[in-house]
Amino acid sequence: MKTYAKFTLLVVAIVGTLAWLAASGINESKTYYKTISELKQLPGGEATKRVRVTGDVVPGSIKRDGERVHFQIVEKGQPQILNVVYTGKDPLPDTFRDNAQAMADGKLQADGSFQASSIAAKCPSKYEAAPGGKPAAQPLNGAKPPSMS
Amino acid sequence: METLGAFAILLAFCLAIYAFSASLVGSIRKKAFLVVSGERAVYAVWVLMSTAAGILVYSLMTSDFRLAYVAARSNRAMPLVYKFAAWWGGQEGSLLLWSWLLSTFSVMVLWTNRRKFRDMMPYVIAVLSFTQIFFCTLNAFIEPPFQVLAVGKGVQAVADGNGLNPLLQHPAMAIHPPMLYLGYVGFIVPFAFAFASLVTKQPGEAWIATTRRWSLITWAFQSTGILLGAGWAYAVLGWGGYWGWDPVENASLLPWITATAFLHSVMMQEKKGMMKVWNMVLISATFFLCIFGTFLTRSGVVSSVHAFAQSSLGSWFLGFLSIAVGVTTFMIIKRLDYLKSEAHLESVLSRESSFLFNNLILLASSFAVLWGTLFPVLTEAVMGEKITVGAPFFNKVNIPIGLFLLLLTGVGPLIAWRRSSFDSLKRAFRWPTVFFLVTVLGLVATGVHHIYALISFGLCAFVTVTIVMEFFKGSRAISIKNQMNLLRAMVELTHRNTRRYGGYLVHMGIVIMFIGFTGAAFNKDTTKEVKIGEHIQLGNYDLQVKQVLDGDNPNYSWQRAVIAVTKHGESLGELTPERRVYVSSQQPTSQVSIRRRLNEDLYLNFASMSQTDPTAAIIQVYIFPLVSCIWVGFYVLLFGTLICLVPSKVKYSYARTEVVGVYAKQAQPTK
Repeated sequence: MKTYAKFTLLVVAIVGTLAWLAASGINESKTYYKTISELKQLPGGEATKRVRVTGDVVPGSIKRDGERVHFQIVEKGQPQILNVVYTGKDPLPDTFRDNAQAMADGKLQADGSFQASSIAAKCPSKYEAAPGGKPAAQPLNGAKPPSMS
Repeated sequence: METLGAFAILLAFCLAIYAFSASLVGSIRKKAFLVVSGERAVYAVWVLMSTAAGILVYSLMTSDFRLAYVAARSNRAMPLVYKFAAWWGGQEGSLLLWSWLLSTFSVMVLWTNRRKFRDMMPYVIAVLSFTQIFFCTLNAFIEPPFQVLAVGKGVQAVADGNGLNPLLQHPAMAIHPPMLYLGYVGFIVPFAFAFASLVTKQPGEAWIATTRRWSLITWAFQSTGILLGAGWAYAVLGWGGYWGWDPVENASLLPWITATAFLHSVMMQEKKGMMKVWNMVLISATFFLCIFGTFLTRSGVVSSVHAFAQSSLGSWFLGFLSIAVGVTTFMIIKRLDYLKSEAHLESVLSRESSFLFNNLILLASSFAVLWGTLFPVLTEAVMGEKITVGAPFFNKVNIPIGLFLLLLTGVGPLIAWRRSSFDSLKRAFRWPTVFFLVTVLGLVATGVHHIYALISFGLCAFVTVTIVMEFFKGSRAISIKNQMNLLRAMVELTHRNTRRYGGYLVHMGIVIMFIGFTGAAFNKDTTKEVKIGEHIQLGNYDLQVKQVLDGDNPNYSWQRAVIAVTKHGESLGELTPERRVYVSSQQPTSQVSIRRRLNEDLYLNFASMSQTDPTAAIIQVYIFPLVSCIWVGFYVLLFGTLICLVPSKVKYSYARTEVVGVYAKQAQPTK
């Protein structure tokens, strides 16, 4: 029985440690899902929490500025537009382009813009191009840029 | 053709129902002819599913754009290999691949066991057929692959298809899904045997002996699938390196973790007759998690970069899972007596308890991953508010778990079965501990202060020493006794007990992979806007943009930056990251350019041309130290698994006392 008591003690210690790690991990990284309109209505005190907001990329709004990428997203059927500034280190996904559904994680800034540290994007057709061969959207930077060579 | 395909699926569905009913009724009523006809139905299902799969592949290869599936996922300009890969490029096709693999595995199981386990086989077939019925239902009624475009009713005939998603047009991607599926589908076989032995109260550990090899091969496929996915994510942009804790990545990891736990704990059942309930739960959980993983990928319940179409599949999967979990739980509870342990735990310091801790930790890890993945769903159900947790959560829990497992990898083999004395442990741990300390202190001296990195590298040294010691002691004994050189003795040693020493090689692979993971602590990156001739500096590298070229081919147009790389003034050649825009989908993709070396990768991405200055390119530069170790470690792991599959020259029990005993004897307390 003594063996089992020792064993139980060890198990409890391990599980306890992991539960504590998990709980603090959740607190550190928990991110609320908000729509653009919900985000705009957040009271001042709550605006500092981490938020994940989803919307469609407004065509032509993607602008690069050195390390930062500016773009706008809009919720289907809603008038509000959210200005997003991406400051993360990961390269943007290839599926991120005009009209794509983008998922931005970050925090709302005092000036009403959204600072995102990570961006995930879904193709408008969710990886399956629309039947009929109609091009879904223009590429990221519009027409082919002039050659430098 | 498509009518024949659809008909084949429908007929397979009916025959799967027959196989299920005939096996069950035949077994309960003791009617041999019913059992045999059920078995024949399984073969017929395979022929029919192969016909359906063959027709789909043929339609893809011949660009038959009358079919909606072909028109949506293939086009004329695509290379033949990607036309073939389009089989699993979409929902309907990949579900058909699942079904076809399942029918193939069923036939293989039936053929190899056609004269064995006469009691168990009807139930094995029943489990396999039940799952086949489920997938055939999806193929026949929910996501049929042979739908023809309704040309004339507001839809125009298409001259060319849309093409496979460009992200999927990558060699690793072409083989990643089938590998994962071989893993996902494969675990149904050990589960079916476990379940059948539960129903028929098989004496002994017959089901484990039969399915050990199968489990190991399946596990190897699953590992390969996960690693190929990681390699693809690394080479194709935007997925956060090789691992991003995305829900669908997690879904593939979950059954892998429980299967790893299972492969360890079955040893306890084989040798000691312990942990029988536990093993039953583990193999069932592994199978359920495979189905659950497919469900997560296919239903779009959690938002993921992988999420395929939102579909009505979810409720079907949940229905199937509830039935399977319900029936299995009921059977396990009903058979608790039969699953009673034959031995008891004698000491906390024993090989047995190291196995228990290994299992506990693996389970904790899979639970944490599952919890994190489903967190948005759970919080929405409980609090009405959707909350997600990101990579920091997964890292915070899984890094300590990973390190603890690494420690156990080293400790496990050094402790004796039943109980170990402190003295024997002191002897066994002396050298590994010395190497641990030397590594940690050496790294601190060279300026490494990242705490997890120090522990990880230290443990890698610790485990490596234990593994080398195991090989050395065993082979030295053989070399002295048989007068052969050490290298030959090592091969002989491994051949005598392939499972044990193959297992050590798998552990060595894991150690090398850990070195690769730990390298991430030292990643460097920068993003720069540069004109032709300008330089970028990062780490010891100097990069100069030479030119930007562009051109096109029928499949895509491309733009390529040519960048000269120098390190410490020495030229290392050129790297050429590229941007492509695929013609049919107008989807841009990045082709990163990587200089791969064992110590570090230089990774370049051509993000785009600058918008403010059209003569400047935006280049992202990353240095990933040690990342190649992940791939190298994987090859070692695969090699070790293959060794495990080679039959041992000497029977295991003999090997344990005669060969391994050389070392185990020292570690065991004197009585």
